[in-house]
Amino acid sequence: MQKASPASPMGYGMDAEQPYIEDVVRAFVAATVFWAVVAFLAGVYIALQLAFPALNLGLEWTTFGRLRPVHTSAAIFAFGGNALIGTSFYVVQRTCRAALWGGPVPAWFVFWGYQLFIVLAALGYVMGYTQSKEYAEPEWYVDLWLTLVWVVYFMIFIGTLIKREEPHIYVANWFYLAFIITVAMLHIVNNLSLPVSIFGAKSYSAFAGVQDALTQWWYGHNAVGFFLTAGFLAIMYYFIPKAAGRPIYSYRLSIIHFWSLIFLYIWAGPHHLHYTALPDWAQTLGMAFSVMLWMPSWGGMINGIMTLSGAWDKLRTDPGLRFSVTAVGFYGMATFEGPVMSIRQVNALSHYTDWTVGHVHSGALGWNAFVTFGALYYLVPVLWKRAGLYSTRLVAWHFWLGTLGIVLYITAMWVSGIMQGLMWRAYDEYGFLQYSFVETVAAMRPFYMIRALGGILFLGGALLMVYNLWRTAQGHVAGQPAARAATVQPAE
Amino acid sequence: MELGEIYPLLRSLWTVWFTALFIGLVAWALWPSRREEMRRAARIPLDDQR
Repeated sequence: MQKASPASPMGYGMDAEQPYIEDVVRAFVAATVFWAVVAFLAGVYIALQLAFPALNLGLEWTTFGRLRPVHTSAAIFAFGGNALIGTSFYVVQRTCRAALWGGPVPAWFVFWGYQLFIVLAALGYVMGYTQSKEYAEPEWYVDLWLTLVWVVYFMIFIGTLIKREEPHIYVANWFYLAFIITVAMLHIVNNLSLPVSIFGAKSYSAFAGVQDALTQWWYGHNAVGFFLTAGFLAIMYYFIPKAAGRPIYSYRLSIIHFWSLIFLYIWAGPHHLHYTALPDWAQTLGMAFSVMLWMPSWGGMINGIMTLSGAWDKLRTDPGLRFSVTAVGFYGMATFEGPVMSIRQVNALSHYTDWTVGHVHSGALGWNAFVTFGALYYLVPVLWKRAGLYSTRLVAWHFWLGTLGIVLYITAMWVSGIMQGLMWRAYDEYGFLQYSFVETVAAMRPFYMIRALGGILFLGGALLMVYNLWRTAQGHVAGQPAARAATVQPAE
Repeated sequence: MELGEIYPLLRSLWTVWFTALFIGLVAWALWPSRREEMRRAARIPLDDQR
């Protein structure tokens, strides 16, 4: 090794080769857990606001309209983003057998730069600064900062791939790379805008009218496709084989999965604009590509779940792995529901209703959060050099609380959404609308309460996880006095 | 024929190019002689020594 470095002074390296950089991964893990709680708390709060509107406190900063992007950005970009960047730094080093390109400094810049982006974005929302583009609400100054952070992130990732010792680039890294590159492209194009003044937050988008809508949903759906799908599939392709101790079911299928996802996803955005000013052919194109996405999605789901073939008993003994595998099941369910909802005639009923909200959460809670929990339960003992988790019983409790929460959430939203859609389109015998809007709102209220209860259960499970991971990092083991806590010394 | 004249034709055929490229990728992945290479690649996360 020509790049041999002195024996690691920080204690994270294990041999004479350049040590893997793990401090920053630990920081990302801690940030992931912190922002998870913030995101779930914000979600529970605004869910309760929908059931009990007085909870907006009559203050402009705490209205639903301002807190809703705080919730979505905290869930997607803060919780999901920290999980993705942190695991990508971990996975790329281990599968390339190479330390991060550029050493610790650029990686720490990405960490603190990304946290600053989150705080700037959230402050802007609460103060009322927004581009009014869903999932791209931050104004121009935040967008520019994120672009800088993202370019450094890209350089670290690609630099590590280039200097790898392992000849083959493992498939998880392909998914991470697709996530990094595509998100950069989407972010830059959708946020092209002209600030009104250099010292003001307000800007105007470079696009207008239906072009603006199409650019926005090209961005919005591919944020789902490449942030919430490709990136988290990378987590699946590393952590499920690792936790199960078996290679992925079919490596060939993973390659086909990757390329079919890349070829198809980018065209699906127009299904968000059915029955709008968007030309019919573009709507049909979006719908056709969305339906085709069934194939790669289910290919990926089969690949993840079948990895356990012959080792199903691990689901009983390893509750962390149970999270990962259930997540893949939810991935299959959400990616079945999505194409159905993208069909124009189904969309006529489902669009603008709670059904969409339920669909998003079966993906976000069931797939993204669960696969991240699975990775966290694997990573924390490894990163903090512990023999195991503080308590697997608490993981099991987390699992069932979380699952019950999701089930309450999505079933409430199915019933509420379909009812809402049917009420909106109901006519009486004279051809008048049968229900006023406020009647549909009143009818949804019980389901909003059930949804909030589901969210509270999910949040409660996550709090158990925080406690469990904290005690794990401290080196405690449930039922053992702290003095006898098991720690592992770094192997060889 | 000028380039400006063939360009719209080539552009209208992009789905064909993409389909051909995709079929090529699938054939590459499934090619029988790559079995051992694929098996080894799948073990990369598990063969991590440190």
